[in-house]
Amino acid sequence: MSTFLDRVFGRVGFGGVMALVAPALAVVFAALVTSVVLLIAGHPPVEAFTSLVEYGSQPRVLVLILNLATTYFLSAVAVAVGFRMNLFNIGVDGQYRLAALIAASVGGAALVPGPLNIVLVVLVAMLVGALWASIAAVLKVTRGVSEVISTIMLNAIATGLTGWLLTADRLGVLSGNAIGTPPIPEDAHMPGMALIPGTPMKVNGFLIVAIIVGIGYAVLLNRTRFGFNLRATGRSEPAAVASGVNVKRMVVAAMVISGASAGLIGMPELLGSSFEYSLNFPTGLGFTGIAIALLGRNNAVGMAVGALLWGFLDSSSDALQLMEISKELVDIMKGVIVLSVIIAYELVHRYRIVAAQRKVSRELAAPAETEGAAA
Amino acid sequence: MGEAAITTAIATEPAVELKGITKRFPGVVANRDIRLSVAKGHIHAIVGENGAGKSTLMKILYGMQRPDEGEIRIDGAAVSFHTPGDAIAAGIGMVHQHFMLADNFTVLENVILGSEPRKGGLAVDFAAARRKIKEISDAYGLGVEPDALVEDLGVGDRQRVEILKVLYRGARILILDEPTAVLVPHEVDELFDNLRVLVREGLTILFISHKLDEVLKVADAITVIRRGTTVASVEPREVTARKLAELMVGSELPSPETRESTVTDVVTLEVSGLTMAASGHGPVQKGATADQLKAEGVRLLLDDISFTIHKGEVLGVAGVEGNGQAELVEAIMGMRPITAGTISLGGADITGWSTLKRREGGIGFIPEDRHRHGLLLEAPLWENRVLGHQTREPNVKGIWIDRAGARKDTQRIVEEYDVRTPGIDVDAAALSGGNQQKLIVGREMSGEPVLLIASHPTRGVDVGAQAAIWDHLRNARAAGLAVLLISADLDELIGLSDSLKVILRGRIVGDVDPGSVTPEQLGSAMTGAGEGA
Ligand SMILES: Nc1ncnc2c1ncn2[C@@H]1O[C@H](COP(=O)(O)OP(=O)(O)OP(=O)(O)O)[C@@H](O)[C@H]1O
Ligand SMILES: [Mg+2]
Repeated sequence: MSTFLDRVFGRVGFGGVMALVAPALAVVFAALVTSVVLLIAGHPPVEAFTSLVEYGSQPRVLVLILNLATTYFLSAVAVAVGFRMNLFNIGVDGQYRLAALIAASVGGAALVPGPLNIVLVVLVAMLVGALWASIAAVLKVTRGVSEVISTIMLNAIATGLTGWLLTADRLGVLSGNAIGTPPIPEDAHMPGMALIPGTPMKVNGFLIVAIIVGIGYAVLLNRTRFGFNLRATGRSEPAAVASGVNVKRMVVAAMVISGASAGLIGMPELLGSSFEYSLNFPTGLGFTGIAIALLGRNNAVGMAVGALLWGFLDSSSDALQLMEISKELVDIMKGVIVLSVIIAYELVHRYRIVAAQRKVSRELAAPAETEGAAA
Repeated sequence: MGEAAITTAIATEPAVELKGITKRFPGVVANRDIRLSVAKGHIHAIVGENGAGKSTLMKILYGMQRPDEGEIRIDGAAVSFHTPGDAIAAGIGMVHQHFMLADNFTVLENVILGSEPRKGGLAVDFAAARRKIKEISDAYGLGVEPDALVEDLGVGDRQRVEILKVLYRGARILILDEPTAVLVPHEVDELFDNLRVLVREGLTILFISHKLDEVLKVADAITVIRRGTTVASVEPREVTARKLAELMVGSELPSPETRESTVTDVVTLEVSGLTMAASGHGPVQKGATADQLKAEGVRLLLDDISFTIHKGEVLGVAGVEGNGQAELVEAIMGMRPITAGTISLGGADITGWSTLKRREGGIGFIPEDRHRHGLLLEAPLWENRVLGHQTREPNVKGIWIDRAGARKDTQRIVEEYDVRTPGIDVDAAALSGGNQQKLIVGREMSGEPVLLIASHPTRGVDVGAQAAIWDHLRNARAAGLAVLLISADLDELIGLSDSLKVILRGRIVGDVDPGSVTPEQLGSAMTGAGEGA
């Protein structure tokens, strides 16, 4: 009797193989739809897909995929923490941008030497993200303001605020006619890892951080008391209250954790490649996180797969241009994947019920002596 | 009484005929080859143990679930329902065991939800709806107020709203799943009067109940379901309650008699001057006494309530639903702020404690609404075992959830309390209502509570399971448990309680001696008619 939304947001779990079958089904379905789109546009789909895969399996591109996926995964986790509690933190986007800006200027000031500076930058980012998110939490618990509305507003405010802060007489410095924060000194750059042979490009060191965050997320939610309370609140607030959960405190805690994770989103870019926050700093990653959290049903492994897929699609889209296919096709594909994932989960859900019923009737048909009800 | 059974002229076709209905769920066959024929204009009762498959059968008839096999005939014509919408179109309406009203909507909005009357095809015609609701409410004496907020209604009122909602959609065949479980005797009588009016108008009623004497009182025909299949169809004239119970479970009717008293002179719970103002009066001065508040015209939900419960004592609170019982329970559990008064547990002042701290202090809680406050429906049974005991053994070790410990203890509850389930990994939603209740009782009796707040502890459980729960309560009481018992079942209240108080409009209006009072006397005391025995 779970509702459709419960299933979409992963509040109802699938066990075992089905957790893998559903997304696989979705990707196949999305590929079919995209093929139709390609055919209509007059391109042979098989060739398009082969060139996507060929392009995407080059060592150089694999590194790109991993690096993109790292960022996307962190964003998805930030969103998912809220989703599991029925909190829609749409404000991940603003949280990570503001966090990255402030952390970048702290890092650029080189207050502490070397690797300590990395730690400092990351901590500042998490703190700023958490603080910015906690505004929405406080509004919700004291004034009952929906976090959807407040975080959307806070996104807009964060955009204005970063623009205002990133001017020459405040946090920005002019170099040529570009403006950015003072560059972070070289001794505080996150070292890369030469994981993929055949290319001089290095995998961003934050991949490790993302993996740790993913494990931490899974353990926190599934194995701890705090996680139990968080999931219980997401499933039924009145029942959680009656069980002794302080829901207001949970709202604040979940928002703070979500915001702190959001603070990490900008770090791979800041400490691994740009070393400053400028107008070129990537935006919109928070919304990508929402799509990937949906795709992975807020499950750590699911989101990791989703993030890799997203990274693959993004970095391989150049291959399409080589074939003179519009790059936007990838955006269509992403949209179709999210939709078909939702449909696939629904189908798998129904299949499971039917399969279980068949099993029951088969078992009953065999020894007819057990009396009805409790089989 | 006897002449209550109303038989209309011999109907040509049965209103409802079910043939060979079979329905399987993962791990369970809920219905197996069910045969049932309901005559037009009859009140047809369906009885059976918890998990026998009654609700499932009714949901099939109402189009909420599709049968795997079998045939449904309405007025002689074969039908196939895909959604409740189809069933409604065929004139079938259902009031569920667990109410399905939207809390923050008014009665009017709830009733018209999904079938809004349109003015000129566009705007919702509230005036017409309000008129129609009034008409129906008056015609059957339901006393439903269209503009009340559902949130503010007691369970009894909610039920009348549910019935009205069904009538509003033009139902001719009415399904009521355990309608009387939530009602006190005189409300039951009122409901039965309503039902008799309905059948006189030619409606057909199917109803499920675990209260066999009621079934005998009102039904024209009775069908017994056992382990998913129909085992007997009987005339109420031909059977006794005892015989029915035997047909259902093969056991005799239990009685909730308490034998020797185990009351000690150690005070477990002491409530004094407990007062709660209704919301909507703006800020109320905290700590103001009940009298001061009343002088200011503030409506009180709880009005200066004081009582003590000793170790080994069951204190019963009798009252018509909605007279402050829910507020009293939530105040003691710390789920709702109080305006004045103190609560102490075993000598410690717990007035300022959080719900968690109170639970950790040894208060167990069986909530009145198991779906709202008692369970995570979409979570497996073992996670539901953890709920409410998130900080205690055997569910946790430090900050970690102890899965193995929780699972093992869930298994224990399933066995000790006879929860009929295919396993502890199924979702709570998959259990029948009575089995959900057994799980909750088992959970709340775990961890040796010192005080149990029990709202309708045996609501919806069958006679056999009811006896078992009473035994568990009695044993715990003998071991020193103090119980605050709230129940609509007056036999249960009188039989289990060591002392009894009557609550009316948020006030304790009298003490009753459970040793000498009869259910009739108690019933009239509850409405304020008697002087409290
Ligand atoms: N959605 C579901 N999924 C799986 N099993 C279910 C589901 N609904 C009911 N069941 C199972 O079907 C059986 C019959 O349940 P049903 O709710 O019809 O019982 P009932 O006769 O109404 O019992 P009660 O008196 O306790 O309400 C039970 O074993 C129950 O666990
Ligand atoms: Mg039922």
